[in-house]
Amino acid sequence: MDAKDILGLPKNALPIQEKKSKPPKETQRKPDGISREVYALTGGLAPLMPSVDVNQLKRKAQSENEKITWQWLPFTNSARKDNLQLYHWVRVVNGVPPTGDYSFAKYNKSVDVIKYTDEEYEKYLVDPAWTKEETDRLFDLCERFDLRFTVIADRFPSSKTVEELKNRFYSVSRAILIARAPSPGDVIVHPLVKEPYNVSQEIERKRALSMVLSHTKQQERRDVEVLAEAKRISEARKTAKAAEEPELPVMADSGHDVTDRAAVAAAADSISPTPSTQFPSATTANPVSETASVVASLRMLQVYLRSYALEQMVQAASSSAGLRTIKRVEQTLQDLGVNLKPKVPTRAVCAEHLELRKEILTLLSLQKQLQYKEAEGSSYRDGSYAETPGTPPPKRLQRAADLDRTFTPDSLSFGGERIGKRDQKRKGPGRSEAPSSPAQSKRPRKYKASE
Amino acid sequence: MLKSSDDSEKKNLARKVKDSEISVPIVYGNIAFWLGKKASEYQSHKWTVYVRGAANEDLGVVIKRASFQLHSSFNNPTRIVESPPFELSESGWGEFEIVITLHFHSDVTDKPLHLYHHLKLYPGDESGSLSTKKPVVVESYDEIVFPEPSEGFLSRVKDHPAVNVPRLPAGVTLPPVPMEDVDKRKRGDTNDHPLSQWFANFSEADELLKLAGARQQVQAHIARLRRQLSLMDGQPPQLKSASDL
Repeated sequence: MDAKDILGLPKNALPIQEKKSKPPKETQRKPDGISREVYALTGGLAPLMPSVDVNQLKRKAQSENEKITWQWLPFTNSARKDNLQLYHWVRVVNGVPPTGDYSFAKYNKSVDVIKYTDEEYEKYLVDPAWTKEETDRLFDLCERFDLRFTVIADRFPSSKTVEELKNRFYSVSRAILIARAPSPGDVIVHPLVKEPYNVSQEIERKRALSMVLSHTKQQERRDVEVLAEAKRISEARKTAKAAEEPELPVMADSGHDVTDRAAVAAAADSISPTPSTQFPSATTANPVSETASVVASLRMLQVYLRSYALEQMVQAASSSAGLRTIKRVEQTLQDLGVNLKPKVPTRAVCAEHLELRKEILTLLSLQKQLQYKEAEGSSYRDGSYAETPGTPPPKRLQRAADLDRTFTPDSLSFGGERIGKRDQKRKGPGRSEAPSSPAQSKRPRKYKASE
Repeated sequence: MLKSSDDSEKKNLARKVKDSEISVPIVYGNIAFWLGKKASEYQSHKWTVYVRGAANEDLGVVIKRASFQLHSSFNNPTRIVESPPFELSESGWGEFEIVITLHFHSDVTDKPLHLYHHLKLYPGDESGSLSTKKPVVVESYDEIVFPEPSEGFLSRVKDHPAVNVPRLPAGVTLPPVPMEDVDKRKRGDTNDHPLSQWFANFSEADELLKLAGARQQVQAHIARLRRQLSLMDGQPPQLKSASDL
């Protein structure tokens, strides 16, 4: 009936006969004492048996044996130094009130702060940065505030940092302990003596912690990258038994704060170079060190396939290149008619293949440089910037010299030779001179397949 | 092989020789014949998967045994071949990847090497021309490289045709090792193998030539670009250098 109301159905949906017979029955049977809805939950009938066994219910605790009363009684607290007497309800059993101290008194812990005499101060504790009054005040505050140094620092009359206060407190306590100990051996196990408070370390630690806490998301990401790099480097170092290269330059993200690195190094403890080491600002790794680590890891394998070795070397050489660049390299190889994976991977073939790939990378980078140059050149032709003819050439040569390092001296001289002898026809695959003019050499597809 | 079991001599032989990388050129793959009239639904092809020396030499000098892991629908899918020629013949209808695991002699290395070969039965493009006479052949060339071979291994194989041994670094002398029985050697090579007519010849010369030509082209372009770049330096003013790549 109610459900129909809720649903909004007309009440006369059912045949009227049934409706008439049902309501009288239900109202007759419904007992008083429980609501209609609850009664309807049980199906409109009273339960035949109680669902819960009465015996299982908890008895009121031994109400037959003892007489329990509750009384409003006074009590004292041993944790208090005044003799304040308060009142509270107490459960009295058979007329006997409970004994014992106030149950919360045991939580009143305090710290044993050392008390020194004036003579001891004169003998052991004199310090240029601290007057006796300050030291006394410090110890008084420490005792009052249970060594909560942030509070103590707040209340300390002259402004001293938390670390300074801690330092003074711990060094004084330590000195007293050692002075009072009958023999050094007795006191050596005391934590204060075993591990003295190190002020500078604490300052550094807190600074690093606050720096880490205040990292922006970007810095966090950079840190993760740096740590991954460091892990990789340390693993590569482990695999290289004999250091092929005298030093492997460490990777660093461009624009990464040196102090940040110090914090990361202090925290991670796995990066060996100290913060004072100069990190190269380039984002790319030295390609020579990459291949050296691949060679080292291959040697660890003891046996491998040359095709696999070539794959690894290719990956290492292209590690600094983006996906698009790698695709362009592969496209160029195809245009030249070279298999992406050599069909006959002998030692010589693999070496040549690797060199070819590296040269293509160089070529692509030079093309990009040329593009940049042209873009700049065209924009500056319109602008009114002063020209400085003296400085550019050394810089360009410097960069070209940097690139040369990935080349072997042989190939470079070979290339130089080629310039002069452009007319000479070469046997084997016909070499086609791409006639593109410099300003339009934007598309990499300059080679005709020689087959 | 060794007469004396002197410990120090064993240690000497186990000593690794640096900078003397040994390589073993191999060819591995399969040859599959269509059975034509005799083909049933489940046995349409008879195929052989194998690992051989690139010039049909005996690989038993290096390889102790080879295991071929077949598809799980085969009985005993792990087939082990204990002596050369390292091959396995079966009949079936399906193409699947076979994992060939090479186990080497104890003085070579304890680590096994895995080769992966996709069994090819059907010709692919010319699917109309299934012939019982002409098999489908797929071979891959590769070289097994041992970067730091032990002295014992090196001395054992230095004159064997299956193995490429480089010139020894200066000052390294190897202990003498008794020569292998010539008859034993004969057994393992595949020169007279029944299927040898289908074996392909892999020559590095073609590839080297092509690579050399490609390198020259690239180098010429590089040189030209460099000249262009240096020419352009005369005009535009000094700029902060863009990243190199």
